[in-house]
Amino acid sequence: MNWYGIRAIYRFEMARTGRTLMQSVASPVVSTSLYFVVFGSAIGSRITSVEGVSYAAFIIPGLVMLSLLMQSVSNASFGIYFPKFVGTIYEVHSAPLSFLEIVLGYVGAAATKAIMVGLIILATARIFVDYSIAHPLVMVAFLLLTTVTFSLLGFIIGIWADNFEKLQVVPLMVITPLTFLGGSFYSIHMLPPFWQKVTLFNPVVYLISGFRWSFYNLADVGVGISLAATLGFLALCLVVVWWIFRTGYRLKV
Amino acid sequence: MNAVARTADDDILVVRGVDKVYPGGFQALKHIDLEIRRGEIFALLGPNGAGKTTLISIICGIVNLGAGSITVDGHDVVRDWRATRSLIGLVPQELKTDAFETVWNTVRFSRGLFGKAPDDAYIERLLKDLSLWDKRDNKMLMLSGGMKRRVMIAKALSHEPQLLFLDEPTAGVDVELRRDMWAMVRRLRESGVTIVLTTHYIEEAEEMAHRVGVINKGELVLVEEKAALMHKLGRKQLRLQLHDALDAVPAALASHHLELAAGGNELVYNYDTQGERTGITGLLADLAAAGIRFRDLSTRQDTLEQIFLQLVKEGA
Ligand SMILES: Nc1ncnc2c1ncn2[C@@H]1O[C@H](COP(=O)(O)OP(=O)(O)OP(=O)(O)O)[C@@H](O)[C@H]1O
Ligand SMILES: [Mg+2]
Repeated sequence: MNWYGIRAIYRFEMARTGRTLMQSVASPVVSTSLYFVVFGSAIGSRITSVEGVSYAAFIIPGLVMLSLLMQSVSNASFGIYFPKFVGTIYEVHSAPLSFLEIVLGYVGAAATKAIMVGLIILATARIFVDYSIAHPLVMVAFLLLTTVTFSLLGFIIGIWADNFEKLQVVPLMVITPLTFLGGSFYSIHMLPPFWQKVTLFNPVVYLISGFRWSFYNLADVGVGISLAATLGFLALCLVVVWWIFRTGYRLKV
Repeated sequence: MNAVARTADDDILVVRGVDKVYPGGFQALKHIDLEIRRGEIFALLGPNGAGKTTLISIICGIVNLGAGSITVDGHDVVRDWRATRSLIGLVPQELKTDAFETVWNTVRFSRGLFGKAPDDAYIERLLKDLSLWDKRDNKMLMLSGGMKRRVMIAKALSHEPQLLFLDEPTAGVDVELRRDMWAMVRRLRESGVTIVLTTHYIEEAEEMAHRVGVINKGELVLVEEKAALMHKLGRKQLRLQLHDALDAVPAALASHHLELAAGGNELVYNYDTQGERTGITGLLADLAAAGIRFRDLSTRQDTLEQIFLQLVKEGA
């Protein structure tokens, strides 16, 4: 393994984050605070509690998931797309780095940054609500699995994209709607029966449900099913990355 | 510079029957065979679109190999890519850099990418050698084009490669930087690095290289010692327009190997300007002794440029 090479990519990506510290750290803090003001205070004063948990506390796992998904995808997709765009990717291709090592560098950095943002949001939420985490290990497991999975998805998008529009379209048109409709701000039991069924086709429902269970013992679907769905999605992303490697899809001419 | 002595398996790079067809069907390389000797400076000469960058990119692992095989220091670039890529440094034709990174970090990053343990003392020396030390904390976007090119060179050398490719190193470079660059290339080669450079300019090949290869439309049309090319370049022709036409070269002048041309109105003498003596004085004395008078004379020389253009035309 070319550990120095992996470390070089990882550091480079983390330095890029460091240069945009305001954007990386301040923006999740601000947006989380806004969610609390709008949803927690304004709506929360009417909904008061969901299945025994205060509404403000109820939305925390969903908010963290929302940011994790968006951050993972955008960090990883941008991380690999940008060197393609400016042409510096030539150096990565000419270096003694395997595809696995390249993935580890870019995906590792994207996941690290997403987790940092997730933790910042958890800390910010603490200012507004007093919440507890019932199953910390499960919580960490979901955090890691989700971040790695969606960072891989972002990497795939970054390889596939050959312009900025494609880079934006998946996060904007697919991931954001799925997250908002995935039960970040409501329990799917609050939906009419028909929509409860439809919602089960949304993979994000399983992520949020499992994650929320680790906080409050409260789940839309069984935690085992959530975990299986998350692992399934991770496996799918790994297969696609492996396929890109096998076929050299959009890597070199 | 003297040519590098040739011993058996002393080629650092061996290219055998390499073809490349780009997606879309364009054949950029046609059956390239080439050996680069350890420690030499090799110039790859060719017009735009000849395939120079394509060949280098394949050797470096940036473009996939079509058919054929390539070995670097005995390692196959496809099967044993980790070994070959560790040995190679590349300064690409186009300046592609991370605008917001500092010079120092950019060069350090390259060394890491190539799997080498950090060595700040080495990078410091490298930057000093390339007159970049003062600029080490500058972001790339603050550098001039020539400085960026130096950074590209520093990046390529950051992992101490054995084989260095310089793809049109002097494009957009002023006279001073060009001179610095050649001085650096010579120093590198003295330290044992083999250098392959591409250029459109014959003078550059002439000044720097031990051997020259000419590539045109994906075909390697010539590979020759520079000295041999210079020999061709050194050949001159003296043409004498005679007062009175001759039927044959007089026997008294046989030792000069003259030819008759223009229906007996011209005598043609080939000689070597590189030789110890051109033989012109003797020829003129013998002509006078034989009573042959001439009205006018002219000399002609093929320049390397002409040789090159002719080769490229023949290939067309
Ligand atoms: N990615 C690509 N896809 C298709 N064709 C390509 C690609 N890259 C290069 N070519 C074609 O291959 C040919 C050789 O290109 P190459 O860049 O190797 O030439 P070159 O000798 O380096 O030229 P120059 O002196 O202009 O740099 C050109 O006709 C070019 O259009
Ligand atoms: Mg070129």
